[in-house]
Amino acid sequence: MPSFVIMEKCDGCKGQDKTACMYICPNDLMVLNKETMKAWNRAPEMCWECYNCVKICPQQAIDVRGYADFVPMGASVVPLRGSEDIMWTVKFRNGMLKRFKFPIRKTQEGTAVPDGGFGEVTTDLASQCLYNEPDALKLKALPTLKK
Amino acid sequence: MANFETVEVTTDILICGGGMAACGAAVEASYWAAKNNLKVTVVDKAAMDRSGAVAMGLSAINQYVDINSGDNTVEDYVRYVRNDLMGITREDIVYDIARHVDSSVHLFEKWGLPIWLDADGKYVHEGRWQLMINGESYKVIVAEAAKNALIKYGHEYFERVFITDPLMDGERIAGAVGFSTREAEGKNQFYVFKAKAVLAAMGGAVHVFKPRSTGEGLGRAWYPPWNSGSSLYFTLIAGAEQTCQEVRFIPVRFKDGYGPVGAWFLLFKSRATNAFGGEYMVERKDELAKWGEYGKVKPIPANLRNYLGMLDEFEGKGPIYMRTEEALQKISDALKDDPKAQKKKIKELEAEAWEDFLDMTISQAILWAGTNVQPEEKASEIAASEPYFIGSHSGASGAWVSGPKDLAPKEYFWGYEYMSTVKGLFCAGDASGASSHKFSSGSHAEGRAAAKSMVRFVVANNTQPNVDAAKVEALKKVILKPMDLFVEFGAKSSDPDINPEFMKPKMFMFRLQKIMDEYAAGVTSGFKTNKAKLDRALELLAWLKEDSAKLAAQDLHELMRCHENIQRMYQAEVHVRTILFREETRWPGYYFRNDFPTIDEANWKVFVNATYKDGKWAMRKVPVISIVN
Ligand SMILES: Cc1cc2nc3c(=O)[nH]c(=O)nc-3n(C[C@H](O)[C@H](O)[C@H](O)COP(=O)(O)OP(=O)(O)OC[C@H]3O[C@@H](n4cnc5c(N)ncnc54)[C@H](O)[C@@H]3O)c2cc1C
Ligand code: SF4
Ligand code: SF4
Repeated sequence: MPSFVIMEKCDGCKGQDKTACMYICPNDLMVLNKETMKAWNRAPEMCWECYNCVKICPQQAIDVRGYADFVPMGASVVPLRGSEDIMWTVKFRNGMLKRFKFPIRKTQEGTAVPDGGFGEVTTDLASQCLYNEPDALKLKALPTLKK
Repeated sequence: MANFETVEVTTDILICGGGMAACGAAVEASYWAAKNNLKVTVVDKAAMDRSGAVAMGLSAINQYVDINSGDNTVEDYVRYVRNDLMGITREDIVYDIARHVDSSVHLFEKWGLPIWLDADGKYVHEGRWQLMINGESYKVIVAEAAKNALIKYGHEYFERVFITDPLMDGERIAGAVGFSTREAEGKNQFYVFKAKAVLAAMGGAVHVFKPRSTGEGLGRAWYPPWNSGSSLYFTLIAGAEQTCQEVRFIPVRFKDGYGPVGAWFLLFKSRATNAFGGEYMVERKDELAKWGEYGKVKPIPANLRNYLGMLDEFEGKGPIYMRTEEALQKISDALKDDPKAQKKKIKELEAEAWEDFLDMTISQAILWAGTNVQPEEKASEIAASEPYFIGSHSGASGAWVSGPKDLAPKEYFWGYEYMSTVKGLFCAGDASGASSHKFSSGSHAEGRAAAKSMVRFVVANNTQPNVDAAKVEALKKVILKPMDLFVEFGAKSSDPDINPEFMKPKMFMFRLQKIMDEYAAGVTSGFKTNKAKLDRALELLAWLKEDSAKLAAQDLHELMRCHENIQRMYQAEVHVRTILFREETRWPGYYFRNDFPTIDEANWKVFVNATYKDGKWAMRKVPVISIVN
């Protein structure tokens, strides 16, 4: 049962036409039941346990139960993703708990500048350099074969 | 016919896919296209933020040449890839990607990707070519820059549109068709994209072979279940020549969860031993001598490393263990005179080990937690997975593309780098062949280089190809047929999945996987095959192909599944035909031909290329031309 929805927590993303979990699942697995207004994973056996639905759900209504065909029961791995880092709580089958926190990005969300600040360095379409090279390579020239 | 409204989009440059290569292409194409008054359109079957193989994140950047440091040259990288692929590689393309890849990595860093730095502010290398990252949001960041570029220059992108077939104007590509997997205002959409140049960047393929886990864990392949061979199908049907379609990839990873081993082998310097404590890399060293000059090189090619471990398994010496406990102990022992520093180091190593999984293979962390594994105390099993098609990693399958004009031998050059043998159809990432080891960063760099080349092509060929409306209508009918079949016959039986008139995509996939597993050197057959088995595979695949006309879909999601599995079927066939054609065993840890059990440099140090036109296959040998000594 890879990812599953906790019924009492899911609010169907408040009836918006696009729920967060449906939007994000790379395998098109999450769907909203319009009658109950609860989401569900329509093909758990095609789930990669990528956790993207878990990380994005505004209600923390999605959890993962490790694949039953090889994971003994009782463990859980729960993320809490912020704008700069992610916190993981790992619970072992024997009850042991571990917490880890890792950075996820160094810039503010949305601010990635396409040219990386290197600017439009090469403007000649015929050149083998890409538009912010050679500066973005931190080289003076693009390497080529010494013939 | 099912009621889908047709939506037409006319563009100059069409980028199919939204993964690493497509995001690189979007950034570069946006700039050049705007400068030349051209329009760019990107189409992804999922949400670009989390699509493709990097959807979950990654814990390492596997290609960084670090030319600037003076430690490595582009030529060094070419030699490394050439050896790892047992001599069969397009050195001109590997060279081109390697000379651009550092700039992609520098861009990632500027966009906000945290790359590990040492005390001197230098990147922390996992191995010679690999960098450690905090990569949970790697894809989010790369997609953000791509979208920002598209928006900045007034271009467009579509998400949740699944591309099926190419549109052709004679020998030139004219666009692509597909359908939306989301209803809009209660209606379904069939998309027709008309373009002057098209980039195929829709990743590789998984679930062509039967996975090791077949229950709930079916989806837990190493390669993500959402890449289904769309690149291969699209380029093959357009008529593009394929190369290295025999070079599948079988990663050895932590067993069942498929957690990465790179950090353990390279960073933590761990050993792998069998059930009796023997180390196959040491005990089986003599085996390497049988594989020509490639058995002598360092690092030992990935498939040969695989093979030595497999030999242990075949002899009943498994399980094979990654000796995590020993490796961590050794690192911390080095600090035993300073208990405080030692304690701190152990904590650090523990967090690094867990992050490696949590950033890119969370299932492995659940498996460790579910089996109470603490890596500092207990070794974990590793095993060979089933075969995948991922030309960007240690496999090499993909389309045959032109090299760059300043690098390519004349035999490998036809005007525009990364253009396939079909006019106007370009390829990058997993879609382009014979240039493995580009990984996430190199795929991005290749996408950028391909995009610039596409703009050059469009500037020189600035006419909108003709699209025959009758052909589009005929394609639409075929593509939507699975829905019609279900409507027509669904009521005939008690079970929506079991019907004498049709087959559902899931069972179709299982039938394909069984053929490949048993006849084409999958897990069950110990990765071994021979001519008789391959001939039988082709016979069974031919019936499967006939039955693909009877695929049925109950909804949009199943319609996508039908087409994914048709794509997988073609990936399977080109693979079988290519291993059949190559009468030797060159990559023994990937597959083994029992009827030709040795490497044959005199006859087979060549590329094997395949083309499919008007329902007929053509195979040919192409010489390997070296440009780096
Ligand atoms: C488990 C795993 C671990 C890896 N680890 C590393 C690592 O540590 N470091 C590293 O550098 N590299 C790593 N790689 C390699 C890296 O992920 C790939 O090299 C890279 O993602 C290839 O880029 P691509 O654009 O060709 O394909 P992808 O990034 O997979 O993108 C494919 C895109 O095509 C879209 N698509 C597919 N079919 C269709 C269709 N029919 N219509 C429209 N869109 C479609 C997908 O949604 C996706 O957007 C790893 C790969 C895997 C699978
Ligand atoms: S994202 Fe969460 S709250 Fe929204 S529909 Fe999905 S499970 Fe429910
Ligand atoms: S874990 Fe990933 S694959 Fe599974 S349902 Fe969630 S988003 Fe989809």
